[in-house]
Amino acid sequence: MALLEIRNLTVSFDTSVGLFKAVDGIDVSVDAREVLAIVGESGSGKSVAMLAVMGLLPKTATVTADKMEFEGKNLLTMSAQEKRRIIGKEIAMIFQEPVASLNPCFTIGFQIEEVLNRHMGLRGKAARDRAVELLRLVGIRDGAERLGAFPHQMSGGQCQRVMIAIALACSPKLLIADEPTTALDVTIQKQILDLLVRLQAETGMGLIMITHDMGVVAETADRVIVQYKGHKMEEADVLTLFENPKSNYTRALLSALPENAVGDRLPTVSDFNFADEIAR
Amino acid sequence: MSTPVLEVRNLKRDYVSGGGLFRPAKVVHAVKGVNFKLEKGKTLAVVGESGCGKSTLARMITLIDQQTSGEILIDGEKVDKSQGVTKAMRQKVQIVFQNPYGSLNPRQKIGDVLAEPLLLNTDMSAAERREKAMQMLVKVGLGPEHYNRYPHMFSGGQRQRIAIARALMLNPSFLVLDEPVSALDLSVQAQILNLLKDLQDEFQLTYVFISHDLSVVRYIADEVMVMYFGDVVEHGTRDAVFSHPQHEYTRTLFAATPNSSVESIRARLAKKAAAAA
Repeated sequence: MALLEIRNLTVSFDTSVGLFKAVDGIDVSVDAREVLAIVGESGSGKSVAMLAVMGLLPKTATVTADKMEFEGKNLLTMSAQEKRRIIGKEIAMIFQEPVASLNPCFTIGFQIEEVLNRHMGLRGKAARDRAVELLRLVGIRDGAERLGAFPHQMSGGQCQRVMIAIALACSPKLLIADEPTTALDVTIQKQILDLLVRLQAETGMGLIMITHDMGVVAETADRVIVQYKGHKMEEADVLTLFENPKSNYTRALLSALPENAVGDRLPTVSDFNFADEIAR
Repeated sequence: MSTPVLEVRNLKRDYVSGGGLFRPAKVVHAVKGVNFKLEKGKTLAVVGESGCGKSTLARMITLIDQQTSGEILIDGEKVDKSQGVTKAMRQKVQIVFQNPYGSLNPRQKIGDVLAEPLLLNTDMSAAERREKAMQMLVKVGLGPEHYNRYPHMFSGGQRQRIAIARALMLNPSFLVLDEPVSALDLSVQAQILNLLKDLQDEFQLTYVFISHDLSVVRYIADEVMVMYFGDVVEHGTRDAVFSHPQHEYTRTLFAATPNSSVESIRARLAKKAAAAA
C-alpha cells in the first residue's frame, strides 16, 4: 500500500472572473522510503496540490478527488480533529522561504518545543532535550545555546535547518519539501539537499520534493512527476526522465538548463510544442 | 589598447558597527582590495556565496555606496563619490536588482518607471521621454500596451524585463546585474539570459554579472571572478576558471552545483542502492 495515494485531484479557486482550475486531475502516489519530485514552473499547481493534502488552502479553494488516502485513511472525509493529529505529525511540510515561515516573535526553541508539546506531549526539560537533539540532527551543533535565538539572528540556511528540525520533530512518515532550497546559495543548497536525502535514508520516510530546478531533481529524486498548468505531463523514474524524456515539455525544461546550452542562445519553453499533450 | 569601460584599483570597503563610549567598534572588511579591468562589450561574472562582498562591490561600482579606499575609473575617468557625482557620471552606470518584486514601485505605472531616469538626468521633453520609453518596452520584449500598467499586473520574468529596460533608458556604459535571474523559474531564466545576450549584441553593452549560480555564469560570462570573504580568490577567463579552477573554494563551488548529467544520476542511484542493501 502506498503511503500517500491521490487519484484525480482537482483544485479550483473561485475568482472574480469565474472558476480557475489550478490542479486538474492529478494522480500522485508515494511509498515509504521513496523520494518523489514534482517539477514545474510557477503556476503549474505543484505547490497547490500538496497544500490541498495538508489542508492549508484558503476557503476560496475547492478540492475534489476520487481518492486521497494516507496509510489507507481517507483524508477527504476525516474530521478536522482527526486531521490535526496527522498533519504536522505524520505528514510534515517545509516551505520555500525559511526566514518568512518562522515566526519572528518567538525563539526557535519555543517554535520547536511547541510542536513537541502539541503532538508528543513533551514538556519542560524533556522537550528542550529533544529540541537540542533535533538541532544536532540537522547539523546545528551548539543547539543548547541556539534555542534562545530569534529567526533574525540566524542565516537563511540556518533557518531552513530549523524548519527541517520542526518538520522532523515527530518523526513524520511523509515529508513534503516545497522548494526547500530556492532561496539559498548553491553551497548551502548542497548542504540542505544532502541533509534531506540523508535524513530520508536514515528514517525511511517518504519525501516529496517540489521544485522547478531540474538540477535539484537530478540530485535527489527516485521518481519524478512533471506538471504544467495543473496537468501531469509525464511521470517516470529519474533516470528514464533525464535519459529519454517522453513529453516535449520535459524536453523544454531540460534544455532550459544553462549547462545544456547548445550554441549561443538558450532554447526556451515556448520553442517547444506541447499544447496537444495537455488535452490528453 | 582602448580604455577599459570600468577599472577598479585596490577597492576596499569596511563596515563599522557597534562601539560606544567604552566599547571598541567592530570593523567588518566586506571587500578587501579588488582590482579588475573590464573591456567594452564583455561580461564579468562575480561569483561567491552570500556575505562574500559581491553585492557590496556592486553597490560601490554603481556609485550607491562610497568605498573606504581605492579608485574606480569609468571610461578612464576617475570617480570620487565624496566630491559628488555628476549627472553625466550617473548616466554611465545602471543596476538591475535581484528581486523584481521589490525593485519596482507598486504605485508607479511602467511608463513612469521607465521615463523617470530621463526626467531626472536629461532635459528631454515629455513627448520624447514617452517615445523613448515605448521603444525600450519593445526592445525588452514587451509591448507599448504595457505602458500604462502597474507592476502587480506583470509576472516575475516580465518585471525583470522592466527593470532591465529601466536600467537601459540612459544608454549606460555598463550595467551591473545583481543576481538578475536567481528569483526566476528555470524557463523564465532562460528567456531573460537570452534577452541580456541579445541586448549585449545590439548595443555593445558591458555587464558586471553577479551570481552564485555557476551554470548561469558559464553560459553568460567572458571573465569570471570568484570572491570569498571579501577577497578575490580567483580571476580569469571563463574557460580557464571552469577547466582549471585554482582555488579550493572555487572547487567547492563546482562540487556544490547540481549535476544533471545522466552519469551522475546513475552514480547516485547506484550509491543509494548499495547503502540500502
